[in-house]
Amino acid sequence: MIEFRNVDYSIGEHLILSGVSFSVGRGETRVILGPSGSGKSTVLRLLMGLVLPDSGGILVDGEDVAAVDEERRRQIRRKMGIVFQQGALFDSMTVGENVGFSILEHGDAGEDEVERTVRHFLSLVGLDENLIDRMPDELSGGMQRRVAIARALAARDPQILLYDEPTTGLDPQSAERITDLIVGLRDTMGKTSIMVTHDIADAFKVGNRITMLNEGRVVFDGPAADLDRAQTPFITQFLAPFRKSVAAASAPATGVIRPAQAPPQFGGTS
Amino acid sequence: MGILHALVERLRRMIQSVQEFTLFSVDVARATFSPPFYGREMVQQLFFAGIGSLLITVVSSIVAGQALALQLARELSASGAKSQLGHFVVISEVRALGPILTGMVVAARMSAGITAEIGAMRSSDQIDALIAFGSDPVKRLVVPRLVALLVALPVLVIIADTLGVLGGGLVGLQYHLTWDTYMNGVLKYLTPKNMLVGMIKPFIFAIMIVVVACWKGFTSAGGAKGVGVSTTESVVISSVGILVTDGICTRLIFKLLHW
Repeated sequence: MIEFRNVDYSIGEHLILSGVSFSVGRGETRVILGPSGSGKSTVLRLLMGLVLPDSGGILVDGEDVAAVDEERRRQIRRKMGIVFQQGALFDSMTVGENVGFSILEHGDAGEDEVERTVRHFLSLVGLDENLIDRMPDELSGGMQRRVAIARALAARDPQILLYDEPTTGLDPQSAERITDLIVGLRDTMGKTSIMVTHDIADAFKVGNRITMLNEGRVVFDGPAADLDRAQTPFITQFLAPFRKSVAAASAPATGVIRPAQAPPQFGGTS
Repeated sequence: MGILHALVERLRRMIQSVQEFTLFSVDVARATFSPPFYGREMVQQLFFAGIGSLLITVVSSIVAGQALALQLARELSASGAKSQLGHFVVISEVRALGPILTGMVVAARMSAGITAEIGAMRSSDQIDALIAFGSDPVKRLVVPRLVALLVALPVLVIIADTLGVLGGGLVGLQYHLTWDTYMNGVLKYLTPKNMLVGMIKPFIFAIMIVVVACWKGFTSAGGAKGVGVSTTESVVISSVGILVTDGICTRLIFKLLHW
């Protein structure tokens, strides 16, 4: 359904992505994992056609996003709904206008239908329908992120859902609610999803497969469970803090945290 | 070698910026005449540009009109030609002072507001969100502001001209010039040609203010600091642009009208 073929992308003289290739099958939930600045978010921006690659192909249902004209690209985008980092809600619009933006923009539904759809998706993401007339800045960070997910879902029933660091900046409780919601949507709606994150726990919780980036290059691409067995120095180093925290959490409550003797088992959830 | 390389790089970036600005302007022109048209946004922007700029326009035009008349009245009184006050005030006000002053005041207010808002939208991914959810940011953000200012600025200039001329009349009264004499001079020289010279400018100023401000907003980068820099540049470019455009416009119109 989605395929990156040897994609290079640079800004000025800075190489952001180099030779990135991976593919995502229909109904699959893929996590793009990597440290900050590794080019993860750029993958989503390229997929949406918000920026164009220097070389390589980005195929959505066999069509190269980079090779088509803007009008066709706009039609391809309609297959996708995206949750931006920090939500990117339109701050001059109400929650209802944000969630119903895509439907209102295309003008093919009456006011009643738009309101029904908005209320449906607000309740689907676990928000009170009465928030419909509130402004985004009146909501907490976690609620804003839920509104952003509702907006992505309401975007003409997208086949592909993209999440850009959906839990960044949230407290642990709100972050868990968001990942629970993403997992719930994955299991109930069966949509193709790509989630970008630097949070290893989120990656294992959400993803069927993981593509790991470092300095713009793919360093791992495979099932989530296999990442645990990968032994390259970068992956070992990247996973180390997560392994330590898992070991600390499972240590007896003696007040002494022992270093992990062996990597814990934290395979994928799928 | 290092300096030469830096100069070449600077020149390259400048040419690239001009190219991008030209393409953006063409895009704005295309978007202005093609649907969808965002009526609600246009009304909101009309309110912001017109009603929001009214007070500052009223105050500045009355003060400037009186200052102009005060300088003229002194000199004309000394040479025994104070009956010509209305003539000089109306020509200065309608042809130049009204459009320039209103243009500058509105440019400062609107350029800063537009660039800061669009720049903040850019840095918080709202522009990308517009595109991602099927909207055209130029149609949605630029065109309503452009249409609103194309309507509001000429109206504000007419208000400024009127108040400036009336303010001049009050100064005339202080110099023992009767209201009738003053207004006779005003009406005699308030000709279609003089009005044409002054009323073409606000349309050109409106286009320049909005296109520059939006472009600076769309291209702002580097978070809050970047938005601040873009906002400053936007106000400076618009203000200087108004003065330069005014000079060019006046010369062109004089040439076309064979004055």
